[in-house]
Amino acid sequence: MPEITPEITLVEAIPQALAYEMQHDKDVVVLGEDVGANGGVFRATAGLHERFGSERVMDTPLAESMIGGMSVGMATQGMKPVAEFQFMGFIYPAVNQIVCHAARMRNRTRGRLSCPIVYRAPYGGGIHAPEHHSESTEAMFAHIPGLRVVIPSSPARAYGLLLAAIRNPDPVIFLEPKRIYRLVKQEVPDNGEALPLDKCFVLREGSDITLVTWGAMTHETQQAADQLAHQGIQADIIDVATVKPLDIDTILNSVEKTGRCVIIQEAARTCSVGAEIAAQIGEKAFDYLQAPLRRVSGYDTVMPYYKLEKQYMPSVKRILNAAHELMEY
Amino acid sequence: MTTVANFAIDYRQYLNEHGEVNTKLPDFANNSDTLIQNYQDMVLTRTFDLKAVTLQRTGKLGTFPPILGQEALSVGIGSSMQKDDVLVPSYRDHGAQFQRGVSMQEVLLYWGGDERGSNFASANAKDDLPISVPIASQYLHAAGIAKAFQYRQQKRVAVTFCGDGGTSEGDFYEAINLAGTWKLPVVFIVSNNQWAISVPRDIQSGCETLAQKAIAAGFTGVQVDGNDIIAVREASLNALEHARNGNGPALIEAITYRLGDHTTADDAKRYRSREETNAAWQREPIARLKSYLVNIGVWNEEQEKNLQTQCAAKVEKAVKAFLDMPKPNVTEIFDSLYAQLPEALIEQREEAISEASS
Repeated sequence: MPEITPEITLVEAIPQALAYEMQHDKDVVVLGEDVGANGGVFRATAGLHERFGSERVMDTPLAESMIGGMSVGMATQGMKPVAEFQFMGFIYPAVNQIVCHAARMRNRTRGRLSCPIVYRAPYGGGIHAPEHHSESTEAMFAHIPGLRVVIPSSPARAYGLLLAAIRNPDPVIFLEPKRIYRLVKQEVPDNGEALPLDKCFVLREGSDITLVTWGAMTHETQQAADQLAHQGIQADIIDVATVKPLDIDTILNSVEKTGRCVIIQEAARTCSVGAEIAAQIGEKAFDYLQAPLRRVSGYDTVMPYYKLEKQYMPSVKRILNAAHELMEY
Repeated sequence: MTTVANFAIDYRQYLNEHGEVNTKLPDFANNSDTLIQNYQDMVLTRTFDLKAVTLQRTGKLGTFPPILGQEALSVGIGSSMQKDDVLVPSYRDHGAQFQRGVSMQEVLLYWGGDERGSNFASANAKDDLPISVPIASQYLHAAGIAKAFQYRQQKRVAVTFCGDGGTSEGDFYEAINLAGTWKLPVVFIVSNNQWAISVPRDIQSGCETLAQKAIAAGFTGVQVDGNDIIAVREASLNALEHARNGNGPALIEAITYRLGDHTTADDAKRYRSREETNAAWQREPIARLKSYLVNIGVWNEEQEKNLQTQCAAKVEKAVKAFLDMPKPNVTEIFDSLYAQLPEALIEQREEAISEASS
């Protein structure tokens, strides 16, 4: 009888990838706050403590800079820590460790030491969470030389990209869009196959307009593309996935084909990943553009508390409005 | 009311400021060869240090943080470590780095604005971290390295330094708290040189000692006269053995004095008196050890003269090698950034090559 691969959610794909890699590589350890017996506040490390014990699944004291910095020390000894920050909003005490040490260790020792660390954090809005639990500040880390910033948007990509991130010899900020942690289920074979980092994924092909997005917004973007298709407008959807370093070629190829591009992100607009993509399209594909670029994004405001978070986040309607505007340009 | 816990902080000094022994020496200190070696290393460190300041003043070196006055502490700790241990230094620990096999040329390269200075050639220092500039952040790296030793059941110890100012940092507390909780094999050194740039020790903390901060983290802290290399080495040998045997971390607060400026970009005369500095010179570590060695009849002026000549020659050789080192190629700014240069950076690398050659 063929083995049945159960369908799992994005948040279930995380421990599946962690367990696979821990099973095959003793240097891989998991650490963070509540990652042990509790299995993480979102259950992203569920089952690991029972299986691998406290030696390899370490509940740390409550101190984020410590999580960032002790991972640096472990990594210089060739270990591969996968460190969890409970929410992206709590990562800031560790920014010094990530920016001044993890991101630079290889460069400042001219390759003698390195930091093969994965810093995981749930991120983004839309789950009616308290203050500081909903921001999307991936651009802060995308700005930092030496880091990779990876954002999965489906269970299969969470599994394959997390494996790739752990196996990557440099530090990776792995941001998990928590709004879609349990949105869809998918068969994800536990075969240990990593997906490529530094590459965009083309989720849908069309010749009229390019929709560039990542993380949870891939879902609104796909809904928008469905509606556009009903109206006879065929969209390319690009899931950027690795927002740093950016696979601009895949985006440029699409824009050269369609001549129109909407960038959709949850994050605030100024100096965002979307701003970088727009700048590079402007520099490298200007001649192909048949309409101005449009960004559908969060506003340059503080992420509102949950009563207004829906108004802050890009909706299908806002994506459609931008697409229509470009099509009619 | 009941007392639920009691604590005390011990202070150790063997050689007083006149180089007189005021208590029974630990065994290692009865071997005068060891002390002579320590003395020679301290003199070499100072010779290097003074030369580095001169190089900066004459435009041949960038900003440099002199170690003047802290040689006993730096050499004492570094020489207590075993080869397999890992040093996690701050920026004023080149005396310890030399003990590990880091070369004078490498230290000059680093302060001469060249990353190759942290690519240590010595096998002993291959796992040692480069100096950490952000204050006390290295304490966490030492804790992480110690965690790796513990995880792999290796009998190795991580040794890290920060200053009196560093003990005010969150990373200091987070590191000692973790090390105490997990009983990590790490030795924390606090080089209490009385000044964090212009801020004196008494503005830094309300604690009577900085060593007592270890108590709050659940392990022992001791205070030593950091200008007495015998006290420094005794405390560090004990702490290293304690950690190596799985008994957890230790903290040593070494009382010393920064006789020089914070860096060559600083002018300490702005914030501290000549009287204070003059008094500190009376307690400096090299004269006191020399005085002791001369008094017990194992050192004389001829040996001293030879040593000074040898040290000057070694430093000159390192300086020449540093000055003769060709400037790195511009591609080096890209080539160690990631294990493999991402596609997205190839164009920028080519741009830099083109700009550099135009």
